[in-house]
Amino acid sequence: MTIDEIQQGIIEDFSAFEDWMDKYSLLIELGNELAPIDPKYKVESNQIRGCQSRVWLHQEFADGKITFEAESDALIVKGLVALLLKIYSNRTPHEILTSEPRFIDEIGLRQHLSPTRSNGLLAMVKQMKLYALAYEKISAKGN
Amino acid sequence: MSISIHMNPDLFKIRKDFPILDQKVNGKPFIYLDNAATSQRPQQVIDRMNEFSHRFNGNIHRATHFMANKTTEAFEESREMVRNYLNAVEPAEIIFTHGTTESINLVAFSFGEAFISKGDEVIVTEMEHHANIVPWQMMCERRGAGLKIVPFGDNGVLDLDQIDKLITDKTRILAVTHVSNTLGTVNPITEIIAKAHLKNVPVLIDGAQAAPHFSIDVQALDCDFYAFSGHKMYGPTGIGVLYGKRKWLDLMPPFLGGGEMIDRVTFSKTTYNEIPYKFEAGTPDYLGAIGLGAAIDYLNRQDKPMIERYERELLLESTLKLKQIDGLKIYGEAPEKAGVVSFNIDGIHPFDLGTLLDQMGIAVRTGRLCADPVMDHFGVENMVRASFAFYNTVEEIEALYIALIRLKAMF
Repeated sequence: MTIDEIQQGIIEDFSAFEDWMDKYSLLIELGNELAPIDPKYKVESNQIRGCQSRVWLHQEFADGKITFEAESDALIVKGLVALLLKIYSNRTPHEILTSEPRFIDEIGLRQHLSPTRSNGLLAMVKQMKLYALAYEKISAKGN
Repeated sequence: MSISIHMNPDLFKIRKDFPILDQKVNGKPFIYLDNAATSQRPQQVIDRMNEFSHRFNGNIHRATHFMANKTTEAFEESREMVRNYLNAVEPAEIIFTHGTTESINLVAFSFGEAFISKGDEVIVTEMEHHANIVPWQMMCERRGAGLKIVPFGDNGVLDLDQIDKLITDKTRILAVTHVSNTLGTVNPITEIIAKAHLKNVPVLIDGAQAAPHFSIDVQALDCDFYAFSGHKMYGPTGIGVLYGKRKWLDLMPPFLGGGEMIDRVTFSKTTYNEIPYKFEAGTPDYLGAIGLGAAIDYLNRQDKPMIERYERELLLESTLKLKQIDGLKIYGEAPEKAGVVSFNIDGIHPFDLGTLLDQMGIAVRTGRLCADPVMDHFGVENMVRASFAFYNTVEEIEALYIALIRLKAMF
């Protein structure tokens, strides 16, 4: 499935709910289900610091694809992190660089990506794109 | 609002004065419990600023024309109102700044330049807002001085015995908050000031959280400096006050250089203006000062003892209610406390709580509350803080309680 198809799936899952509480309950559930990041990656250098919630992001690059692992100490953010991993992990740098996480807006959670929300999520998307940019350059040189 | 009205008969009238309260947020009635961050403005303040803007504008103290005179007059009237509010000896001891943070920075810089040298010491407390820590740290670094810390106990009460031990002949100034922005503790500043003065140490009081709630008398307190912000006491943002005793202000060099603060400028030497102008470089926020004057006027028209009593009731009610929630821990339970309740619920991140409460129309503060040392004291990363003003109601506290119970079930 393409990134866009996965995003479409997420949007449909969430559009089933009218009540904000159900929406957030699903996010919390997704957060609870997310496999914890390997403790050895839960280090300062992998931490994306927001004022209120912390996000850790680890990546590996193999066979032309980037795999991400991530976690947050806040459950709602962790749920959103789980969704970001769903769309961006195990993708080529090109796919990551050419896709925006439009689902966040479309499921009515845009506030979490606004720069005034210091939850580390916006910084996480930026960081994923920076990794993608770096690996794209490395791959281009390798070729 | 029947219970609240019983305790605060003016409540209907007061709530009508604050138009922002009468609306829906996220489809729910707006409940504003973040007053320690910034308070809302009454219509009287909004009107005063609007009316003034419509009719008058001229740069103060600088021209002979009608508009400049009108603006200067209003600005100086506000200074007199602040003087009266604090019971300062003279208006010259009232300096307008951008807020508490700038007021403290001004003292840390100018007092530091005049009176602090290598090996000297400055005392602050463990419960200070960053604004009453960092300016002192910066100054200490510049002057080669050391910073000493008065600790607090887990109940949120300062260890006063430590003050006696920490004050030495090297101590040059002590800075302490009147009311803690995280723990709500009302510090016994009269006693602290007396202790410090006994050893000839001047005292700066961070009054940001106190000025909106209590009557302040700087002469009775005998504090050397008192700092507060307009936007936390129902006035506009961008305006604050530094009260300082003349005997210090006269001896302190200017903080910022520029217009208004000078007496005469030549390229070889510049002489400085008298206080308060010496410390008011550049065009001040005179509209903000006029708004602050209107806020003080509004507060002066309220039944202050009744408001103080009512705010205590709100604190008591919220503490009793929140304690009923399983796994909820309140930080700071000093016997003397203002309307601030910081807490955490076991296993729920404050960010999650804040996000979900917002969905229910309830505004609280979450995060580190600009007080990292307090977070470190309790070994937590963040807290949730509900803080009250006299326009809040017992019913709003009940709504917070019910919301928290409901949210707890989601985790």
